[in-house]
Amino acid sequence: MSVKKFIRERFFPHIWCQGCGHGIVLNAMLRALSALGISKNEIVVVSGIGCSARISGYVDFHTLHTLHGRALAFATGVKMSLPGLNVIVPMGDGDALAIGGNHFIHAARRNIDMTAIVMNNRIYGMTGGQFSPLTGYGMKATTAPYKNIDHDFDIAELSRAAGASYVARTTTYHVQQLTEMIKEAILHDGFSVVEVLSQCPTNFGRRNKMGGAVEMMESYKSLTTPIGSKAKQENPALIERGVFVQRELPEYCSEYNAIIEKLKKGTEK
Amino acid sequence: MAKFTYKAHDIQQEWCKGCGICVHFCPKKVLELNEKNKVFVAHPDKCIACRMCEFRCPDLAIEVIVEKNNDP
Ligand SMILES: Cc1ncc(C[n+]2csc(CCOP(=O)(O)OP(=O)(O)O)c2C)c(N)n1
Ligand code: SF4
Ligand code: SF4
Ligand code: SF4
Repeated sequence: MSVKKFIRERFFPHIWCQGCGHGIVLNAMLRALSALGISKNEIVVVSGIGCSARISGYVDFHTLHTLHGRALAFATGVKMSLPGLNVIVPMGDGDALAIGGNHFIHAARRNIDMTAIVMNNRIYGMTGGQFSPLTGYGMKATTAPYKNIDHDFDIAELSRAAGASYVARTTTYHVQQLTEMIKEAILHDGFSVVEVLSQCPTNFGRRNKMGGAVEMMESYKSLTTPIGSKAKQENPALIERGVFVQRELPEYCSEYNAIIEKLKKGTEK
Repeated sequence: MAKFTYKAHDIQQEWCKGCGICVHFCPKKVLELNEKNKVFVAHPDKCIACRMCEFRCPDLAIEVIVEKNNDP
């Protein structure tokens, strides 16, 4: 199954660095969409700004490349006007949770039907390696040369608390799980979040002596574990992978439409 | 018997950036990088058509051509 039918081949090879995890997320997203068999015409990919956000330029769907941090606001506009479309918002950790943090929690709270894929490389890749809210305590960044004193968010916990009705996490090593999660998230009726640990060897890995792409992906294998595993009980530092939240809640566009229908009936009487 | 049989790799060398992800994670060590740091199929006979190289390539440079086996 080739995924080439879904890309704008004229822009390849893409701009991402050697071994950048964002390419693997693109790869998995295309496979998920191909497997779901949704027509290209019914898919809208909306992104902000960042290395991650460039994904929208490479895919042959309806695409919007918008402002840093504001992709979910644009996506909300698209979804409210044409609720039948499948809206996917790939975003960087900075894009989603630094400048875009407010949009993120409120989109989750409203439970508007769209899929946020947070490509978490723990850094501002595009602008040269400034720390993000996901960099983590004790790590190095160009703006934290003596080590970072900020603590990081737990994206899954944050999304759950904000009201997202589907929340999952995996890594670029676990590509089959990633494809399955993106599929599930797209099919889910409500705000879904898929966090993907995605390597930035250029601006995070090398600066933190984690090696290149291969070594970083090896660490995704050794430092993560399925949710609730025995290994997690023995070593609480392990990062859990899996589906954290999957619940049915009223969806925003349906609720809005129900009010319109109700008022229409009211005026007819 | 496995569900798929290996036919060939379709590799787009101009897109390959030589990251070595496919080489490192191939369970059968089928792939290698050449002197120009581009991937090539060094041991096609060992390939089990798992397609993990295709799924993990960040540059969409690999496609594994497989043949579906008929059910016995
Ligand atoms: C309003 C605004 N502020 C700042 C920037 C500069 N800027 C561009 S990308 C970026 C951060 C990128 O980091 P992230 O979203 O984590 O994505 P990555 O590049 O790591 O994939 C910043 C701060 C901008 N383009 N617009
Ligand atoms: S700077 Fe980092 S995130 Fe950006 S393309 Fe390079 S490896 Fe990927
Ligand atoms: S994973 Fe892709 S880009 Fe990396 S070496 Fe293999 S073919 Fe080349
Ligand atoms: S299909 Fe599997 S065995 Fe064959 S080269 Fe790719 S990773 Fe290796």
